[in-house]
Amino acid sequence: MLLSLAVFAIGVFGFLTRRNIILVLMSLELMLNAVNINLVAISHYMQDLRGQILALFIIAVAAAEAAIGLAIVIALFRNKATASVDEIKEMHG
Amino acid sequence: MELKFYHILIPFLPLIGFLINILLGKEVTRDKAHWPAILSVAGSWVCSLLALRDVMAGHIIDADLYTWILSGTFKVSVGFLIDPLTAVMLIVVTTCAMLIHIYAVGYMHGDTGYYRFFAYLNLFTFCMLMLVIGNNFLQLYFGWEGVGLCSYFLIGYYFNKKSAADAGKKAFIVNRFGDFGFGIGVFMIFLSFGTLHYSEVFSNVSVIIGQKVNFLGWIVDLPTLIALLLFCGAVGKSAQIPLHVWLPDAMEGPTPVSALIHAATMVTAGVFLVARCSPVFNLSEVAMNVVAVIGALTMFFAATIAIVQNDIKRIIAFSTCSHLGYMFLACGVGAYAAGIFHLYTHAFFKALLFLAAGSVIHAVHTNNIQEMGGLKKYLPITYAVFVIAGLSAGGFPGLSGFFSKDEIIWSAYAAHTPVGKFVWILALGGAFFTPFYTFRLIFLTFHGKYRGGHHEEHGHGAHHIHESPKVMTIPLMFLAVGAVAAGWIGIPPILGGGAQFTHFLEPVVGHPEFHGTHAEEWGVMALSTSLVFIGLGLAAFLYLRKTDLPDKIAKQFRILHNILYNKYYVDELYNYTIIRPTFWTAKKILVAITDAKIIEGIVNGVPGAIGLFSQSLRKVQTGLAQHYGIMMAAGAVFIIALVLLLR
Repeated sequence: MLLSLAVFAIGVFGFLTRRNIILVLMSLELMLNAVNINLVAISHYMQDLRGQILALFIIAVAAAEAAIGLAIVIALFRNKATASVDEIKEMHG
Repeated sequence: MELKFYHILIPFLPLIGFLINILLGKEVTRDKAHWPAILSVAGSWVCSLLALRDVMAGHIIDADLYTWILSGTFKVSVGFLIDPLTAVMLIVVTTCAMLIHIYAVGYMHGDTGYYRFFAYLNLFTFCMLMLVIGNNFLQLYFGWEGVGLCSYFLIGYYFNKKSAADAGKKAFIVNRFGDFGFGIGVFMIFLSFGTLHYSEVFSNVSVIIGQKVNFLGWIVDLPTLIALLLFCGAVGKSAQIPLHVWLPDAMEGPTPVSALIHAATMVTAGVFLVARCSPVFNLSEVAMNVVAVIGALTMFFAATIAIVQNDIKRIIAFSTCSHLGYMFLACGVGAYAAGIFHLYTHAFFKALLFLAAGSVIHAVHTNNIQEMGGLKKYLPITYAVFVIAGLSAGGFPGLSGFFSKDEIIWSAYAAHTPVGKFVWILALGGAFFTPFYTFRLIFLTFHGKYRGGHHEEHGHGAHHIHESPKVMTIPLMFLAVGAVAAGWIGIPPILGGGAQFTHFLEPVVGHPEFHGTHAEEWGVMALSTSLVFIGLGLAAFLYLRKTDLPDKIAKQFRILHNILYNKYYVDELYNYTIIRPTFWTAKKILVAITDAKIIEGIVNGVPGAIGLFSQSLRKVQTGLAQHYGIMMAAGAVFIIALVLLLR
């Protein structure tokens, strides 16, 4: 549980502070995996397999998400020639 | 008797004619627009004759066609009531409408809005017939507003002309004052009786005797209140003092309109209303006296104004005001039958006067009688019918107008009340003025020398003036027959007649209690007839013999002449007391403060405030995903902290 907490905290910190979009995505993965660790740990503790099944699901979904995320990053990079999140603010109100 | 199919056709045929012309007029009927119009009105004329036959046979039709409004205890039907009063009105309306439709074919020939004109005329006929044929107050109100609307359309028919458009508005707005009272009167009837059907109201009319009601803070007698509110509507529609100002201006409309709406039918709706509601009016002596006095005053003042006017149609319009005053005077002294009788004869001779005037205007293209003169030899038929109409209107013995007017004057005398005496004296004054101004008009128009100067300048001599086409003169001749003979069905017993008209209407309006000896009746008749001859003779003297004398008299009595010429300054009075303050309020208070500040303030302020709020809010939307992440994280921390702390 402590491990998962540490990993999650690193993920949040990375997500909020990194400027490179690849690193932001990696932080995202860290957070997801922290949740997975948590799920497995609790599933073991509760003697209930459903948590582990859910963790497997999350891994699958995270893989898909990472694929889509990276695809978007590539498309963005082609258009703007940058990977910095600070310069991508078309949604600015 | 049951409702027959042809009874239903009476009002609905003109509606069909209207629909044909308004929908197809522009593309299909165009310059043949008069065919559907005239045929539909002629059809309803035939149906009216059939209805008259039924009524003469002693049948009274009172039947509902279908339920119009049903809400709790409130039930109103579209229904037909055909009794002697309605039958008379049907005949008057359809006969005049038919002849005037035919006349309009010639008068409106070549006008760009030909089909529109006939469509409105048909719509008007429909509304007028619905007004008289209805068996409840709401249907009466429907027809009442409908004819008002058509009147507005037709007065403003030449809408390119500002004066015509203004006159239309004036007529509509002035009528609203009266209709407002009328509307409240109808509400009061529903409140008092719980129904709007004539038969139920009039058979239970005695329940409101002696009831008091709080109206705007005054405790008033209920029958008086209802009667006066209804009379309010009649005053507006029938152009009585103080709401008479719209009628002279209404002459901006085409002449057939003036003849149909502002002489023969619509303006008499007020008299019809009073006669129809006679059971209510009979309950209130105050209301009756008001009706009689208003009628008499209008009759007298309008007649005096007519003496000095120069516009051929306005003179006849004031004459109409004056004759309507006679009708109300008769109703006010209880002689409803005499009032309706005058309505009936008046429809013929006044429509004839208007149409003949239209024929003159058609020939000389001016309304100013000072620019006419000597038209007798160019317009022989018009001259002949004009004189017949004038004699009839003036009450020349033996013609229609004489019998009806004499009956009214006699009724006023025989009522033997102080108010009756007062209105009788005014009525005698009217008997003198009517032939005077009518024949002043005739002598100035048809006798003497042609004074239309500007025609010569353009090379059009007076010889270019020619008689109107047959399609115009034939209706004139028919109406002339009516103007002569229509009164013969109401010859009083003293002259050897049977007064059939009065007896015919008795079941509806009752029989007034009049007392008087034959000697008195002869005396009154001789007095009024001699006044007619004096008026006629004076007109002949002033306008045929000493043609320079009228100007001298006008100079001598300049103030009086000015007062009369400016119609007692009533328009100016309204201008300063009502129109100006209304415009001032509208411009300075409503537009400048209420509209600009309050309403626009609210309307613009609300979106302004929202805009300002969103301006500040959009700063949060940075477009940076990480800012949103911080927000989320901070929010999550906050909520978790809250949950932990509050546990």
